[in-house]
Amino acid sequence: MPAPGKVILSLQQHTGGPSKPLVEVGQEVKLGQKIADGSSFISATLHASVAGKVVEIAPRPHPAGGDVTAIVIENDGSDEWAEGIGPKGDLESLTPEQIRGIVKEAGIVGLGGAAFPTHVKINPPPDKPIEYLVLNGCECEAYLTTDHRLMIERTEDIAFGAKALAKALGVKKVIIGVERNKPEAAVAFNEIAARDDLFQVESLEVKYPQGAEKQLIYSLLGREVPSRGLPADVGVVVQNVATAAAVADAIIKGWPLIKRVITVSGSGVREPKNVEVRLGTPVKDIIEFAGGYEGTPGKVLMGGPMTGMAVYSTEVPVMKGTSGIIIMPREEAKQYDPLPCIRCGRCVDACPAYLMPITIANFTEKGMLQEADQYGAMDCIECGCCTYVCPAKRFLLHWIQLAKHQLLALKRQTG
Amino acid sequence: MDENTQLIVSTAPHLRDEDSVSMIMYSVVWALMPATLSAVFFFRGRAVAIILTCIITAMLAEALAQRVRGVPITLWEGSALVTGLLLGLNLPPTVPLWMAALGTGVAIVVGKQVFGGLGHNPFNPALVGRAFLLAAFPVYMTSWIAPFDAVSASTPLAQGAGGIYSYGHLYLGLVPGSLGETSAFALLLGALYLLYREYIDWRIPAGYLGTVAVISLLAGQDPLFQLLSGGLMLGALFMATDMVTTPITRAGRWLFGIGAGVILMVIRLWGAMPEGVTYSILLMNGVTPLLNRWTRPRIFGHGGVKDNG
Repeated sequence: MPAPGKVILSLQQHTGGPSKPLVEVGQEVKLGQKIADGSSFISATLHASVAGKVVEIAPRPHPAGGDVTAIVIENDGSDEWAEGIGPKGDLESLTPEQIRGIVKEAGIVGLGGAAFPTHVKINPPPDKPIEYLVLNGCECEAYLTTDHRLMIERTEDIAFGAKALAKALGVKKVIIGVERNKPEAAVAFNEIAARDDLFQVESLEVKYPQGAEKQLIYSLLGREVPSRGLPADVGVVVQNVATAAAVADAIIKGWPLIKRVITVSGSGVREPKNVEVRLGTPVKDIIEFAGGYEGTPGKVLMGGPMTGMAVYSTEVPVMKGTSGIIIMPREEAKQYDPLPCIRCGRCVDACPAYLMPITIANFTEKGMLQEADQYGAMDCIECGCCTYVCPAKRFLLHWIQLAKHQLLALKRQTG
Repeated sequence: MDENTQLIVSTAPHLRDEDSVSMIMYSVVWALMPATLSAVFFFRGRAVAIILTCIITAMLAEALAQRVRGVPITLWEGSALVTGLLLGLNLPPTVPLWMAALGTGVAIVVGKQVFGGLGHNPFNPALVGRAFLLAAFPVYMTSWIAPFDAVSASTPLAQGAGGIYSYGHLYLGLVPGSLGETSAFALLLGALYLLYREYIDWRIPAGYLGTVAVISLLAGQDPLFQLLSGGLMLGALFMATDMVTTPITRAGRWLFGIGAGVILMVIRLWGAMPEGVTYSILLMNGVTPLLNRWTRPRIFGHGGVKDNG
């Protein structure tokens, strides 16, 4: 879709510390110009996604709720690139160190949804040698189809980006996990695997949450990431296909991360589609571009229907980690009054982390945090399956998330 | 675009399964229909009167108890209906109606509402009611009549294997017994429906019935006779599978079924009573919290790695 008149670039685009602005109100910026820098180790730089004038640096609505400082740029429509944007040279001649530098400078984060800074992920500690790079080609959730489209339309770029990431990590094997309902994507990658030994394509059962990092590694390699550990602990790094494509853009064209593909879907929008949008585009502009609402909107979700956030205002902008915008009409956005748990055990059967969700939720509800911890609250991957299956319509995930927040807060207090 | 549009904000997930507590409860009622119809077929007016008395009393008692407790009246979710129907099917055809009503009242009030209502009762309410009646009115609760002719008779279990009843009699329900327990065929039909809907876990009846069969064989008894007689089918398929009072883990459900089978055979082989389904399930209800604790699933990522948490 065309660049919007105004972009809102939140300083909290990613997992980790917020970025620090490098520009001032009134300053003219060019497309791709660095406007904010990472403040801590786990952080990411931010670039102007349009050329124009910085009109405001002020708190703006954030998808996760509340206001977060954002840089607002008025688009002058020129799309004039900033100086120094250009090809970064041949992949063969780039060193791993240089690749990490390019990725960091381009502000690339995991585009699957978690938005973890990619340069940190491809710089694992030396005591944890990485054996495999896994490319996540499983759509993380229902409704979302961006990964699928990217895998078909930008297969070569994804492969190039994966190659660069593999080089930065020093791995000899890239496994591309593709769900069976995406045969065209599997065909496209099989062609690449046929001519390049680095790649291996694995087809995966279609299920949720197949795209969850730890579950994906288990499906592909049978390795279990230890509790509270990272994939690097079992010699694996996972990257989303969209992230790999962004890395290719950063190396081949020198583009920083200023746009991404998102799915606009749900029965509450007139023309569901995948669109490439500039980061910072307000959600309302995107809904308008997709033909506007169908019926009365009930919920507007950023992300998928299982883990996405219901936003309270369509003023919120697209973030680096926004994979989709789902519009649920009022009649679909049902509200439930929970009944008492009837101990059917479905949440236990459904949990991909093998937890007892109802037990943890009950402990949390009673304020018994230590017990919630003992029953593995911190191992919850927040997929929402327990709440989905609950016939009593209890807010299980909600309680478990509360336990996690409180346990983390407790840990910070006690050091 | 309407800027004043009010958007709903809630926590994830934003999709929910269609299933609900009331759908589960009413499915159980549907699944009990073959057994209910067979009860009416075999025991006629007595069956209709007792079952209706239990259902009506259960609903009234539930509503009254909720009123007294000052909580919303939730008869619509169907759990009181299930309790009433189940207890009715668990009574001998000759019990006086006032006794059926009393037992139902105990089931709902003492078995369920005093613990906090739906989901909070440790013991199966219908079995609490039955156990109460069995203790208070042992003669009434163990007087049986033959189907159709209302002539008093003894149950197959009291007679023992080799009595006058064949497997065919037992399978179809042409034997004296509680209203809904006699026809294994009708009970299996309903249970198959619940298994298909995944409203009951096959592990419990498999563990329960399997254990009974194995112990019968070891003790030199006729396993098929033991399986088909008494309240075992009704208990194993509809009472031991009650969600609220059984473990939430799969391993726990295996243990629950096996434990109930052991207790039942101990009672049947060495106990003073010919039948013990009620007590076998109630006793296992009592250890359900322990079973849940003992059978916690191994959490993902806690494989070979020491947990420092």
